[in-house]
Amino acid sequence: MGYFLRRLLIAIGTLAVVSVVAFAIIQLPPGDFVDAYVGVLESMGDMVTEDRELAMRQQYGLLEPMYVQYFAWARDFFSGDFGLSMEYKRPVREVIGDRLWLTVAVAAASVAFVWLMALPVGIYSAVRQYSFGDYAFTFIGFLGLAVPNFLLALVVMYFSFRYFGTNVGGLFSPEYVDAPWSFAKVRDLLAHIWIPAIILGTGGTAALIRIMRANLLDELRKPYVVAAKARGLSEWGLILKYPVRVALNPFASTIGYIFPYIVSGSIIVSVVLSLPTVGPLLLRALLAQDMYLAGTIIMMIGTMTVIGTLISDVILVLVDPRIRFTGHR
Amino acid sequence: MTVRPETVEELPAATEMGVVEERFEVATPRQLIWWRFRRHRLAVASGIILIGFYLAAMFAPFLATSEPTKAEAQRSLMPPMPIHWFDDSGFNPHVFGTAGKRDPKTFKRVYVEDPNKKYEIHFFARGFAYKLFWLIPSNIHLIGIEGARTDEALFLLGTDVQGRDVYSRLLFATQVSMSIGLVGVMISLTLGVVLGGISGFFGGFVDTVIQRVIEILRSIPTIPLWMGLAASLPREWSVLQIYFAITVLVSIFGWTELARVVRGRFLALREEDFVTAARLSGASRPRTIFRHMVPSFSSHIIAASTLAIPEMIIAETALSFLGLGLRPPAVSYGVMLQSAQNIQTVATTPWLMVAAVPVIVAVLAFNFLGDGLRDAADPYSQ
Repeated sequence: MGYFLRRLLIAIGTLAVVSVVAFAIIQLPPGDFVDAYVGVLESMGDMVTEDRELAMRQQYGLLEPMYVQYFAWARDFFSGDFGLSMEYKRPVREVIGDRLWLTVAVAAASVAFVWLMALPVGIYSAVRQYSFGDYAFTFIGFLGLAVPNFLLALVVMYFSFRYFGTNVGGLFSPEYVDAPWSFAKVRDLLAHIWIPAIILGTGGTAALIRIMRANLLDELRKPYVVAAKARGLSEWGLILKYPVRVALNPFASTIGYIFPYIVSGSIIVSVVLSLPTVGPLLLRALLAQDMYLAGTIIMMIGTMTVIGTLISDVILVLVDPRIRFTGHR
Repeated sequence: MTVRPETVEELPAATEMGVVEERFEVATPRQLIWWRFRRHRLAVASGIILIGFYLAAMFAPFLATSEPTKAEAQRSLMPPMPIHWFDDSGFNPHVFGTAGKRDPKTFKRVYVEDPNKKYEIHFFARGFAYKLFWLIPSNIHLIGIEGARTDEALFLLGTDVQGRDVYSRLLFATQVSMSIGLVGVMISLTLGVVLGGISGFFGGFVDTVIQRVIEILRSIPTIPLWMGLAASLPREWSVLQIYFAITVLVSIFGWTELARVVRGRFLALREEDFVTAARLSGASRPRTIFRHMVPSFSSHIIAASTLAIPEMIIAETALSFLGLGLRPPAVSYGVMLQSAQNIQTVATTPWLMVAAVPVIVAVLAFNFLGDGLRDAADPYSQ
């Protein structure tokens, strides 16, 4: 449990750092919320006196010291009040809407792809070391590691347009974009989500294949494997039952590092592929200096990452008894 | 330690094994690292490619055919120009003049070659004036054409929306993008060595705190934070200020891996006999660290730094690509790729994506070089 407690502390620390940065980003542009709000009111033909401005500042607590304002903002954030989007003149919560869940869906699909690909390929590469397939996967893996995923998205977009005449952007077919949620819409989402999932997952898959291959190679050379083989166990039954299970442990622990990487990458890939996730919204908000919207999105992404990482830690504790009993590896 | 075939070949007189082994035993660590590195063909090739990149950056104005900001609406979105290598008289590389017209149906500009206007390509031709290394004034360029101004008639990789020469911009972008990697890694290196060194040398509570901070930084999704911070840089800052601000931003998250490597080496060396000996003979702490410990892991630091550079290049490219990083008139790979953001440009003017090629090549080369250096860094291990 000591291990889990430590991970929990790190999660809280991460949230604290992200929240301070998010708050700083909201505060950085000159002028405060009331200046911006007055601008909005005046653009609608409303005149605002200085007394009313002062009263509003008092009401929103803008005359308090910075740290008080920070804690008030953080409290509001966790109770679901994200402030007002200046550009859309609507609460941030409404502007974000479904996009947060679609971001989660894309990231989750990508993690699923990474696991489903890296596990069998890693095992194959280790068991058939130096075979043609091993070399081929190593080469693809290196490319996947080196090509930044937004460039990969551009290249995929170009080739699919050039040779198949289709636009791979978006997460829905046109007829479902504004449709209410239904079974057919979910199916349509599943038909589109695999392209961004693969683009986002390539780098992580490449890294995990290398780790899985190296771990399993170490394990395969141990005497117990030879002994089990000598007693006549079938090759694959033996490999899957013992060495793979041992090699899986470090595999699970790296998921914690891959998740922030995927979420982070999804922002920019979403912009290229114009996915209806929080990515393009964040970029627009930053360019328009719509700071409550931008700060909220950054904070949400941070929270999402922390939760995802915690889940992978729990899985790790369940999988690896050494952590359960001693608190460290 | 076994004798490697390469070392035998290099000593023609050394036909007896004894001589070779002796040579191996008296070799300095530096020589051993070099011999070991040389065996990684891919890493050596990558190193040569990267030297090429930095040479291209240094001699960018000499290699370029046009100034990077020279725009002309009449030449908007010209496709790359084919070079004709032969004519009636044999080998004689030349290009033809082009005339732009508007397609009456699609309203797109189309360019047709004019066979009457023939421009021969010459080496060391005169063109726009520049200062090499910001010092030596010159107007000589590697290639140029006869019969017209080079920067008005030669567009090897086509032009962008504003009619600027993509080939020349690519060279000037190399200066910016490749140097951001180097400057950024120096900042990261300073932070990493200082904090990793403190962490590994003192251990205990300080170590725990620094390790937790590193773990927190590593679990933060960096791109949204970079985007937020980059977007809040003041609009009125100059190109140079933005350049340094972006470099600092990029390296804030890049030092953790370097700190981890440095700490690991410190922990491993702290108990070594030669460190104890230095301490016992009265060497001061800084002398123990910098005279005795640092030289024995400097090669590891170089390897880790090499692996950190590509991440900085990608980060700058990503930020500029989104329009949050460097701003025009600065030109980097990311700034150039900004025009290739949507499906229309990608489909109709694919040559604007050409800046993706040097990014991918440089990142791959840095990764291979770093891997090779890391394997060679410890010449005494097997």
